[in-house]
Amino acid sequence: METAYLIETVIKIVVILLVFSALAGIGTYFERKVLAFMQRRLGPMNVGPYGMLQFGADAIKLFTKEDIIPTNVVSPIFKIAPIITVSTAFMAAAAIPFLPSFTLFGYQVNPIVADINIGILYILGVMGIGLYGPLLGGMASANKFSLLSAARSAAVFISYEVVTGLSILAPIMLVGSLSLIDFNNYQIENGWIIFSQPVAFLLFWIAAFAETGRTPFHLVANDHEIIDGFGTEYSGMRWGLFFIGEYANMFFISFVIPLLFLGGFGDGSAIGAFLFLGKVAFFFFCFLWARAAWPDVRPDQLMWLCWKVLMPIAIINIIITGVVMMEG
Amino acid sequence: MKNEQFNNRNISSDYFEVDIADYPTTGWGKFKRVVERTFKLELLIGLWVVLREMFKFDTHTVKYPEEKMPIGPRYRAIHEMKRLWESDAERCIGCGLCEKICISNCIRIDTKIDENSRKEVSEYSINLGRCIFCGYCAEVCPELAITHGGEYENASDQREHFTMYEDMLTPLDKMKAEKQLEFEGFGAITPHEDERVKKTPLAY
Repeated sequence: METAYLIETVIKIVVILLVFSALAGIGTYFERKVLAFMQRRLGPMNVGPYGMLQFGADAIKLFTKEDIIPTNVVSPIFKIAPIITVSTAFMAAAAIPFLPSFTLFGYQVNPIVADINIGILYILGVMGIGLYGPLLGGMASANKFSLLSAARSAAVFISYEVVTGLSILAPIMLVGSLSLIDFNNYQIENGWIIFSQPVAFLLFWIAAFAETGRTPFHLVANDHEIIDGFGTEYSGMRWGLFFIGEYANMFFISFVIPLLFLGGFGDGSAIGAFLFLGKVAFFFFCFLWARAAWPDVRPDQLMWLCWKVLMPIAIINIIITGVVMMEG
Repeated sequence: MKNEQFNNRNISSDYFEVDIADYPTTGWGKFKRVVERTFKLELLIGLWVVLREMFKFDTHTVKYPEEKMPIGPRYRAIHEMKRLWESDAERCIGCGLCEKICISNCIRIDTKIDENSRKEVSEYSINLGRCIFCGYCAEVCPELAITHGGEYENASDQREHFTMYEDMLTPLDKMKAEKQLEFEGFGAITPHEDERVKKTPLAY
């Protein structure tokens, strides 16, 4: 049993790593295409049919480019920062159930690496550690734009951790568990949490944009102000690791939001699984959609939004939920 | 694609002034504005616009090497040397005005007297590395001989990239097929020039 469990877990980990590394690449293709269509362009068209092999061309370029370590950087930290980003992004995936459990060749497969009882706490915590990637990378870079970006990333991540944590607290109070499997099962019986906790859903969704550093809150690597932020001095695959980390984070958050608020994968049927993947695709699309539609906010507006708007609303939401639960 | 849509510079009449409210100065005013903007769902308008454009799929991309934008007849690219329609002879009379007026000194012309005691161009080159395509040479040319063409895709392995008289001259077979295009830019005759021109008395 012990060996079988080990082998199963290792296979799951490898599959998740491979699938999401590839998805991160394919995600860039979709991002380019969606942005292009929304901006009345065509996007990549020349590599392969409809530019579908663009991702492969990018991968070859990133892998074969020279990995430059500039002279004045703090070399060990500079080297390890992208690995922190990408590894924390993938570590967070350990507690996410990607599909309902299914039977493969007479063997029961649970598509979750570890159904730990503090699932959502673990995911948010590990994603929070992902802050060290941009922070250390930016501070070690010996570049003022990278340093600005590091400072911003620290501010943004820490602030929005508060909003994520507080907004998720009310649903956790309802469910009484931190495991995402329990969240899913609770929603089979009691309906989707989005209907009982719409405010928490909105807050968590807004905070997800900040946590992944996507466009309305894309201050960490805001091209027109601070070049590529913490990624300015990076080249080749080290920069690529930051990129994979960002896209993997987007995918994992897109998995977490439907699991928490939109019924997850339902009762384990195939329809529920496909619906779940549809919801995930929608939330991933929303990241790209918002990037096409909205401008970036200023850093001070970002802080204003976090501390003066979202956090008070989250706390009020918790209090109201608590009062209602006490009455009921 | 036609040129007309690029040439139409008349702004449409349905422009209107945007009604911009004053910036709120008091805290209560700012709060009211935030609440108003939040519940009017102004952000969704932007989302709707880009989504609509995505489904319309009305792209404006010109896939450049395969497709090209039309260029106007007044476009000033690589020079051309025109021939006379009547005799297919070269229009250039070797007056040297183009060399004289060229502000970047990129035209060199050399002439000689040929066996019929007529002036003939023996050497004519334009340094395209220096040429700024200002169009003065075409404007000054009394014979409408040197003009600008539409060939804008140039590459060279050195900065001093020359074009010679023979390369610019309209080929004879093109001339025979009557495919030579007149330049409409600087120095070209304006439409209805024939009606407006006055005869010069012989006494002058």
